[in-house]
Amino acid sequence: MELLVASGIGACMAAGIYLILRLRTFAVVLGMTMITYAINTFLFATGRLVVNLPPILHDGDAAAYTDPLPQALVLTAIVISFGMTAVVVMMSLGAFIEGGDDHINMPPDDREMPPLKTVNDQPEEERA
Amino acid sequence: MTPHWLIAPVLVPAILGPLMILWMRHDLLQQRVFGVIGSLLTLIVAIKLNVMAAGGEVIVYRLGNWPAPFGIVLMLDKLAALMLLLTGILAVIVQLYGIGSGWDRKGWHFHSLWMFQLMGINGAFMTGDAFNLFVFFEILLIASYGLMTHGGGPMRLRAGVQYIGYNLAGSALFLAALGTLYAVTGTLNMADMAERVAMMEPQDTALLRTGAVLLMLVFAIKAAIVPLHFWLPSTYANAPGPVAALFAIMSKVGIYAIIRFFTLVFPSDSVVETIATDLLLPAALITLILGQLGVLGTRSLTRLAAFAAIASIGTLVISIARFDVQGLTAGLYYMLHSTLAAAALFLVVDLVAARRGGDFWLRQRPAIRNTGLVSALFFVTAIAVVGLPPLSGFLGKLLIIRATATDPWVAVIWTVILVTSVISLVGFGRAGSILFWKAHELDPEPGNDTDEGERPVRGPIPTKLESDEPIQDVDDSAAPWLAFLAVGGLLAGSVAMTVFAGPLTGYLQHMAEQLTQPELYYDSVLRMQEGAR
Repeated sequence: MELLVASGIGACMAAGIYLILRLRTFAVVLGMTMITYAINTFLFATGRLVVNLPPILHDGDAAAYTDPLPQALVLTAIVISFGMTAVVVMMSLGAFIEGGDDHINMPPDDREMPPLKTVNDQPEEERA
Repeated sequence: MTPHWLIAPVLVPAILGPLMILWMRHDLLQQRVFGVIGSLLTLIVAIKLNVMAAGGEVIVYRLGNWPAPFGIVLMLDKLAALMLLLTGILAVIVQLYGIGSGWDRKGWHFHSLWMFQLMGINGAFMTGDAFNLFVFFEILLIASYGLMTHGGGPMRLRAGVQYIGYNLAGSALFLAALGTLYAVTGTLNMADMAERVAMMEPQDTALLRTGAVLLMLVFAIKAAIVPLHFWLPSTYANAPGPVAALFAIMSKVGIYAIIRFFTLVFPSDSVVETIATDLLLPAALITLILGQLGVLGTRSLTRLAAFAAIASIGTLVISIARFDVQGLTAGLYYMLHSTLAAAALFLVVDLVAARRGGDFWLRQRPAIRNTGLVSALFFVTAIAVVGLPPLSGFLGKLLIIRATATDPWVAVIWTVILVTSVISLVGFGRAGSILFWKAHELDPEPGNDTDEGERPVRGPIPTKLESDEPIQDVDDSAAPWLAFLAVGGLLAGSVAMTVFAGPLTGYLQHMAEQLTQPELYYDSVLRMQEGAR
């Protein structure tokens, strides 16, 4: 079971890292989701992997019990990452609608100084 | 007595933020009033908390009164109190600038996002629980996403997407680090974790060391230490001026977390040794060089300020990286200075850009309005940022140079600090001469100037926000004097730090001594809990 979970986390993480290195926002959002899955599963596994045991101490038997804290942590992490995914989707949409494309890189205007507007640039009627 | 004051810096903004969204969303005037009241309240509470912490004990607030390693705690020591005070001062002044310059009218919910931002920052400074630190980091990040893209525009939104992507990856890394540390130590309470780390045998700590290094990487992302700084220049350069000024404290949250974790949980005599902190000094030197070269090489005024912020982080981390009393004292002094100076720089840059019709490129243009006053403010701010006498930047660098005198790397450190200071001096001199000096050489031609000339006469700027109203770009600031006053206030802080440098460094030294005694924290958090249920 450990091998299965570990390789699942690894594969998810690798796919996520590949995707967030792409230069389009859609791939990056998908990559973020994959990474979130991997991290949440990892967080869940930090309380050790056991099957069919309750997260409550019963009759003082510490062997028949699983750590409840990672489950609480993962719940928080799921809620936060869900909200974050919504934020990044909205922001990507905003950038797409305002900027006209879904590239991650800054457009050339960010690096190149635009020329100053001079009198000659204005339309004829305004110049008069 | 339960020290309920400790929860106030988180609670006050947490109550006011939603109230503003629910009841005052269309009324900017009410938002402004309550926003400033909120920031002022956090400032007042911060002063009160400093008085409480000055006694030298670590005050612990147990949420719900649950006993320590099981319940969540907030803890207040001198460092946390000082950071709260710095946040409060910065928040009030920069918010006044946001009002005076009209930035808060260029989009929705500026003041409520401001409150959420304060809540996250204050919480991150106070928490004594590692997972709670993650939660407060997320709160401050979510608020910062909103503030960073305040006002909209394609460039700002695209820079915002980059910022979010980078920080989401950082958050994932944070969770991975916390999971690893929990798997090894079985606790998330910082003091409890510290005690367990101190008791650990060296042979089975490979995972622990991995967790420590991961944590260092996460905080280095927040603090923008090279090579994890790539999010900073375009974020700060594209953020609205007052927001970039508030972000000056956000990178310090990363520095604070480094200090907190690597003095309390992983001090150099623990099993982790110096595996993570050894990385800091070389990275800081490169950060400083790269930041100052950026100041010299950039063609954009906003990026100049962003690279100056990176350089100040480098200087700061050089001193922090030693983790001894002298290094921490100098580093903390420089942290106070650089936060005020970087914020002032972002505001001055915004003043200049607003008077050039939003043109932030470093190029000659006709002289701007209020050129005398703005250039004087730029001059003084540049002195503070570069670190020339008589302002506190000079004293800060002097303290750092003195603190590193016994370091084996002393030759490299001194050379880098001194040479890069000259580089940034040249960079700021170049920027100032292009902006203000050579400006007079150009005749104001009608078409060459988008700022001066005929300006439509406006009535008073309305403070009601209508839901179907397009977001306006108000080029007339609402109260220019308030904007100037805010910049002056930040610079006055730098002057005060110079005048009271003696008592201040004395106090910071006590603070550093407190930080290097982890037992104090163990006792306060884990032992003294009579009142807990």
